[in-house]
Amino acid sequence: MQVKVLAFGVLKDLLGTATAEIELLAGSRVGDLLRILEQSTSNLRMETSVWQSLAVAVNREYSSAATELRDGDEVALLPPVSGGDNDGVGGRDAH
Amino acid sequence: MLIEIVDTPIEPGSIVAAAKAGSDGAVCIFDGIVRDNTRGRQTLYLDYEAYREMALEQMRRLAAEAVEQFGVRDVALVHRLGRLYVGETSVLVVVASAHRGAAFDACRWLIDTLKKTVPIWKRETFADGAVWADGEPFPEHLAAHSAGAEG
Repeated sequence: MQVKVLAFGVLKDLLGTATAEIELLAGSRVGDLLRILEQSTSNLRMETSVWQSLAVAVNREYSSAATELRDGDEVALLPPVSGGDNDGVGGRDAH
Repeated sequence: MLIEIVDTPIEPGSIVAAAKAGSDGAVCIFDGIVRDNTRGRQTLYLDYEAYREMALEQMRRLAAEAVEQFGVRDVALVHRLGRLYVGETSVLVVVASAHRGAAFDACRWLIDTLKKTVPIWKRETFADGAVWADGEPFPEHLAAHSAGAEG
């Protein structure tokens, strides 16, 4: 089966793309997808913290690593959000 | 309830005026604006982006929850995307209520919760570089790696 992956914010820059179609085994869960992405980007010097701190939305609903995926799902990788005013925020230098 | 994500300047005056009704005794407003510095670095502008459909749905739910939880009469939530310069409004929260206590409480809860849960991000460009703002950690129950969530 195939899912559509969307990346936002710093994850979009780190992965080098905003959208990707990913082929998965039937019965795969969000956690399986994250492991695949983490392995495929291990040469990108992405800090582990990026993977530890993100949230995942499946079809625009917050989901957990245990959420089972279905063919055609839209899976969004969400770094910690930073909407609103710029009150006391820091950040990592972009490239 | 006015819940919007916009690409053009937010005009607080007209939104606040439209939020008032005869039964209200208080309107509490949070006008979030772009500050000219972060930790001593001079800010030139901010670029906001969103997972638009999900962000709008999350904002709708927050507004409905504020009405239910605090008993306020009406809520307006407007967030702007794109490039914003110093002094411009990025987010506007308006809460109309019979009494000020509930209006203050709901307004504070709305902006604090929006900043933790609504999928919007900002990239800050300084005179000497640019960063994606770190953002606030997700509440434990929303994080993908939350305890007990591993399948």
